Amino acid sequence: MLQFLFKRLLTFVPTFIGVTIISFAFIRLLPGDPILLLAGERGVAPERYAELAAQFGFDQPIWRQYLDYLGGIFQGDLGISFTTKRPVLDEFFTLFPATLELSLCAITLAVIIGIPAGVIAAVNRGKFFDQALMTTALTGYSMPIFWWALLLIIVFSSGLGWTPVSGRMSLMYFFDTPTGFMLIDSLLSGQEGAFRSAVAHLILPTVVLATIPLAVIARQTRSAMLEVLGEDYVRTARAKGLSPLRVNGLHALRNAMIPVVTVIGLSVGTLLAGAILTETIFSWPGIGKWMVDSIFRRDYQVVQGGLLLIATIVMAVNLLVDVLYGMINPKIRK
Amino acid sequence: MTDRTAELEPPAIPAQPKPPGPLKEFWNSFKENRGAVIGLCIFAAFLFIAIFAPWIAPYDASEQFRDALLQPPAWQEGGSWQFPLGTDPLGRDMLSRLLHGARFSFFIGIIVVSLSLVTGVVIGVIAGFSPKWADTLIMRVMDIILSFPSLLLALVLVAILGPSLINAMIAIAVVLQPHFVRLTRAAVMSERARDYVTAAKVAGAGRFRIMFLTVLPNCLAPIIVQAALSFSTAVLDAAALGFLGMGAQPPTPEWGTMLAEAREFLLRAWWVVTLPGVCILVTVLAINLMGDGLRDALDPKLKRS
Repeated sequence: MLQFLFKRLLTFVPTFIGVTIISFAFIRLLPGDPILLLAGERGVAPERYAELAAQFGFDQPIWRQYLDYLGGIFQGDLGISFTTKRPVLDEFFTLFPATLELSLCAITLAVIIGIPAGVIAAVNRGKFFDQALMTTALTGYSMPIFWWALLLIIVFSSGLGWTPVSGRMSLMYFFDTPTGFMLIDSLLSGQEGAFRSAVAHLILPTVVLATIPLAVIARQTRSAMLEVLGEDYVRTARAKGLSPLRVNGLHALRNAMIPVVTVIGLSVGTLLAGAILTETIFSWPGIGKWMVDSIFRRDYQVVQGGLLLIATIVMAVNLLVDVLYGMINPKIRK
Repeated sequence: MTDRTAELEPPAIPAQPKPPGPLKEFWNSFKENRGAVIGLCIFAAFLFIAIFAPWIAPYDASEQFRDALLQPPAWQEGGSWQFPLGTDPLGRDMLSRLLHGARFSFFIGIIVVSLSLVTGVVIGVIAGFSPKWADTLIMRVMDIILSFPSLLLALVLVAILGPSLINAMIAIAVVLQPHFVRLTRAAVMSERARDYVTAAKVAGAGRFRIMFLTVLPNCLAPIIVQAALSFSTAVLDAAALGFLGMGAQPPTPEWGTMLAEAREFLLRAWWVVTLPGVCILVTVLAINLMGDGLRDALDPKLKRS
């Protein structure tokens, strides 16, 4: 097991270095001079240009620049946002809880609905219920989620007036946010209605973000269950006279869960990609919207830092999934 | 005893049906999947529209009718059959724009899939036949690309290249290509040790011939399935980039771009927001249905779901 862990960690290192190279190359690949871009239309005096070039290290040879950049990363220095003048890392950690809260709610919703739906479809294979569920799942999987978000806003926000259109919290409430999670902070604030407002703001973004993972989980659960339901031990369990709930829920599902858990773990990338669209539409102040805004504002230090941080998160979660998978299933620890 | 004489006579062989050819066999198992056939029909319809859009569409996609701004569809009050699906905020006929939009979506799908498929398959075959260090190097690079969320990487690439439809397609192709590499490499690796490959080697076939003419054709099934699924991803991602303002630029009647333009009329004119989305959804759904059918028909080893 230790050897497996070590081997897996070892593949993490070159990938991480590759990711740093890509995020480093990003600013250098942009068309035009980054300093002139930063200066904007007013232009910049030659002395000031040299000063700025020295400040950002652009006057150094490229390998030197990269090593400095790498050194900075290990000291937690990802540069400073051009627009807010705050360190990129600080900005990231201010906004990350919003994305994390939304993603956790979305994945919870996807699991709570997706797994039972997949199980029910598998048990009723070929029947109407199965077909209806799987058609719905494929529709969800094919959904352009930015459009789906707009539709939900038309119906639930403007039509029925049930949920707010954007943001995380009604402006009526003001309180400290020690954890950054609105659901927790609003409860801690003790203000009446604050928690309800937080939930109301969360519902639509959660549904939108959960749509694709939900469909994937339902489909994966169904196919994993179908495979397991044909196994001998399931037949034995049935022959023993166990109730269908026990057979399907306890014996079969537990073994069908292995691929499903992997899919759940690997959907982190999907969630973060989905967060870009979801957060933009619902003006959700998380890292997805932050990245899109920064690209439009040409705040390239932020884009560079964000790219690195997001890729690192995805890689770390994938690594964790792999290791957990190896723990559950000794067969892959070759 | 008469039986014995009968036995001596050559037995009447019932006319054996000819074994179905590979295409026929494929079609037989494909058509069993009703969803896949429906998907195929919708896809064929869209293909038809995409090819003949300029002749079917009542107007040009960018022709403006200044006296009919935001006119609702024909069946609603205030609508007319002059513009069956209404007009957009600039007085352009929705139906014509949607029909032309089909063109862009298919164009995007075809180009993106061709780009990512060709590069991905070539790199995959090379990786599968390379010495270990080169294979590891290639696969690490693919891991690096895959560790960025696809849409984010595409967005950043477009930021580098500049927002346009062509650049969006290049970016999406780059993001999709590692999947082809992985798939091809895995298939090549499992085929490489087979006897027929050894036989080809013994017969003196060159390296290139073995790679692309002997082994590759036997790895095609999963690649075709992946191509179908990539087509739908390409259409979706291009629409998403268009929606974010990083894909096709207005006034291009690309469905995602149309949605972005229509966003501010969300509450006033449902048709400008709803219809492009329906088109995207139906197209992507049809392709995914087809992809599922292809997978079941071509690759019974893969899970049926």
